[in-house]
Amino acid sequence: MIDAAQVISQLQQGQMFDFPGGVHPPQQKSLANSTPIAQVAEPKHLYIPVKQQIGSQGNVCVQVGDYVAKGQPLTHSNHPFSVPVHASTSGTVVAIAPHPSAHASGLPELTIEIATDGLAKWQLMPLLTDYMQLDKMQLLERICQAGISGMGGAGFPTHIKTNTHKPVECLIINGIECEPYISSDDRIMREHAWQIKQGIDILRHIVEPKHVIIAVEDNKPEAFDAMRTACLEDNGYLVVSLPTKYPAGGERQLIQVLTGAEVPDNGLPIDIGCLMYNVGTCFAIAEAVLHGKPLVERVVTLTGKALNKPQNVWALLGTPVQHLLTHAGYDSTQQKQHKVIMGGPMMGFTVHNEQVPVVKMTNCLLVPERNELPEIEDERPCIRCGLCADACPAGLLPQQLLWYSKAKEYDKAQEYNLDACIECGACAYVCPSEIPLVQYYRQAKSDIRNAAIEKDKSEKARERFETRQARLLADKQAREEKHRLAAEARKKSMENKGSDAKDKIAAALARAKAKRAAAAKTDTDTTQSTPDVSSHNSPSTDSDN
Amino acid sequence: MTLLTALLIIGSLALIFGAILGYSAIKFKVEADPLVEQIDALLPQTQCGQCGYPGCKPYAQAIADGDEINKCPPGGESTIKHLADLMGVEVKPLDGDHGVEDVKKVAYIREDECIGCTKCIQACPVDAIIGASKQMHTVIIDECTGCDLCVAPCPVDCIDMIPVKTTPQNWQWDLAKGVGDIPIKQVES
Repeated sequence: MIDAAQVISQLQQGQMFDFPGGVHPPQQKSLANSTPIAQVAEPKHLYIPVKQQIGSQGNVCVQVGDYVAKGQPLTHSNHPFSVPVHASTSGTVVAIAPHPSAHASGLPELTIEIATDGLAKWQLMPLLTDYMQLDKMQLLERICQAGISGMGGAGFPTHIKTNTHKPVECLIINGIECEPYISSDDRIMREHAWQIKQGIDILRHIVEPKHVIIAVEDNKPEAFDAMRTACLEDNGYLVVSLPTKYPAGGERQLIQVLTGAEVPDNGLPIDIGCLMYNVGTCFAIAEAVLHGKPLVERVVTLTGKALNKPQNVWALLGTPVQHLLTHAGYDSTQQKQHKVIMGGPMMGFTVHNEQVPVVKMTNCLLVPERNELPEIEDERPCIRCGLCADACPAGLLPQQLLWYSKAKEYDKAQEYNLDACIECGACAYVCPSEIPLVQYYRQAKSDIRNAAIEKDKSEKARERFETRQARLLADKQAREEKHRLAAEARKKSMENKGSDAKDKIAAALARAKAKRAAAAKTDTDTTQSTPDVSSHNSPSTDSDN
Repeated sequence: MTLLTALLIIGSLALIFGAILGYSAIKFKVEADPLVEQIDALLPQTQCGQCGYPGCKPYAQAIADGDEINKCPPGGESTIKHLADLMGVEVKPLDGDHGVEDVKKVAYIREDECIGCTKCIQACPVDAIIGASKQMHTVIIDECTGCDLCVAPCPVDCIDMIPVKTTPQNWQWDLAKGVGDIPIKQVES
C-alpha cells in the first residue's frame, strides 16, 4: 500500500521513479494534433456492435423498424459486467445482424444498424448537477447506464472499477498517451480541460481518494498547461509532467513512475491503493452526470501520411471507418497496398473491412503511406542480443518467452510470467532480427486461455457424465429394489395369511369343483329333459332317440 | 557374540520398521488409485468411446494398467504430450485406428425432422440433449462434447455434427497470415 502524502511530497520536489526498459519510437504526433477536434458529418448508416467492452453483452431491446432517439439505450442487461450501448444519433433500426467487428479477427459480431435521419434528436437522461448530495450508488448506476467503459484502450467497465471498497490513496488520471501518432487525449485535454476536471471531481466524490494526480507526458506542453490551469484552485489536485518514454501510459508503468511501487502480478492497482482513469473516461463521466448524455461519441485521431487532412474528430460510435477516411481525405495513391490500422502502430491491428465501426475503445485510425511503416520482413533467427530484455517494461525475459511460446511449452512460458506481458511491442520494436515477438505471445496467450476454457468444459463434462452414470445406476437399483420388494411382499402375504390363502385356494377349488359338478348335473338334466320336451312337441324326433 | 548382537539389532529393527509400515499401510490406505484420477483429469472427457473403452475413466484405468497413451483422437497431440509427461513414456503419434484429430464439433438436431424417439437422449453420455417422447429434441450446445454417439442411433438421420464457430472470443492469432500485429520499425522522417 502506498502513502499518498509521501508520494505527493516526492512529486512536488520533482522526484520521480522509472520503470525498467521502454523505448523511444518517433512520436509523429504533430501530424494530427495541431488542429482542433473537428465534427464529422453524420454517416448514412451507423453500425453499433452490441458488445463494445470487456465483459458480457446485453440483450437487444429494440426491434428492426423501431425509431430510436440519440442516446436511447439499445441493449439492456442485469449482468454486472455489462454496460448498455446507445443509439449514437436518431434514426431507424434497419437491421440487427452480424457485421464485421472492430477486433483483430474482423469476425462478424451482432451489430445494430441504424439509418440516420440527420436530425440528431436527443433523448437525455435526467441531469444530476447536484451530484454532491447524491448517494454513490446512484452515481455508479448513472455511469453504468451511460455505457461508460475505459476509453484508454482496454475497455473495462468503469462502474465496476469505481465500485471499490478498498481505501484509495491516489486517484491517478492518465493523460500520458504514449503511443506514437495518437493525439486524441492530447486534444481533449487542450480543449476540454474543465470538463475533464468536472469528471475527476465526480470520481473524487465517489471514491474519496487522499489525493488526485494528473499525469501528462512532457511532449504535450499545451495539454499540461490546460490541465494545470483547470486544476489550479484545488489543492487536492497535482498535475505532473512526465518524461516521454513508451509505454509510460501503461497502467502499471505509470503507477511505478509516480509512486515507485509495483502492482503485484496477479493483483490490481487498487491493491496498492491506486485507481487510474483515462482523461477521455473522465470527460465521458462529466457528460453523463452533468449533461445527461450517454457515451455516444469519442475523439478519434485520423492520422498517417496517406491522409490529406490528418486531424482529430468527434466520431459517433458506430461510424464506419470508410466514412472517417473520406472525411480526412484518404488518398489511395499514397499507399502501395491498402492498409488501415485501428489503434496505434505499436499495439493496433489491421482493419480488413472498411465497414468496421468505431467503438468505445477506438482511439486512432492510422493510414500509413508507402514506406511510412516498414514492410513486415521475414523474421530471422534470434541472435541472443538481449535488446528485448532491456526494452521490456514489465521486466520479463522476452527471449525465454519466445522459445517457450514457439515450442508450445506453455507451462514453462507461464513460469516465466507470460501473463505479465502487456503486449506493448517494445521487444519487437528493438529486435534486430525482426521477430514479431508479441505475435508469438498473443498466440500463446490465447492458446492458454482456450486450453483453460477447454479444461473447464471437460471438467463440467466429466461431472455431467458421472452424474448421469450415478443416476442410471440409481435408477437401475431402484427398479431392482422395487421388483424385489414387490416379490417379497407377495411372498410375505402368502406366508402371513398362509392357511387363509390355502383355505381360499381350497375354497376356490371347491367352488370350481362344485360349479363344474353343478354344470355337469345341469347338463345331464338338460340332456335327460330335452327328449321329454321334444317328445311332447315333435313326435317326428322320436325315431331319432 | 558380536555377530549375534548385530543380528539381533538388525532383526529387531526390521521388525519395528515392518510393524510401522504394516500399520501405516492399514491406517493411511488410499482407496482409489490416484494415478487413474490424474490420467482422467488429462483426458478431454468427451466420453466418446473412440479409444475402445466405454468412457474416459475406463480408458484412464486402462492406461494406468499399461495400455497405450495414443488412443484418444479428441484429445489429440496435446493430450498425448501431457499423458507422456505424467506416465514417463515417449510421446507417440496418434493411433490412426481410433480416428484422427478433428476440429471441435457439436451435434445439431434438424428439429423439423426429429420424430421424438428419445434414442439420442439415451445415447448422450453427458445429458446434453433435452426433449421427451414424441416431443422435439434439441442439443444444449454448451454442454455437447462432440462425441458423435447420438448420430448413429437416430432412426431418421436428423443429427449433424457441425464445427464450432470461431468467434472473436475463441479466435486464434494466425502468424502465417501476419494478421493484426504491426511492430513498427519507423523510418525517421
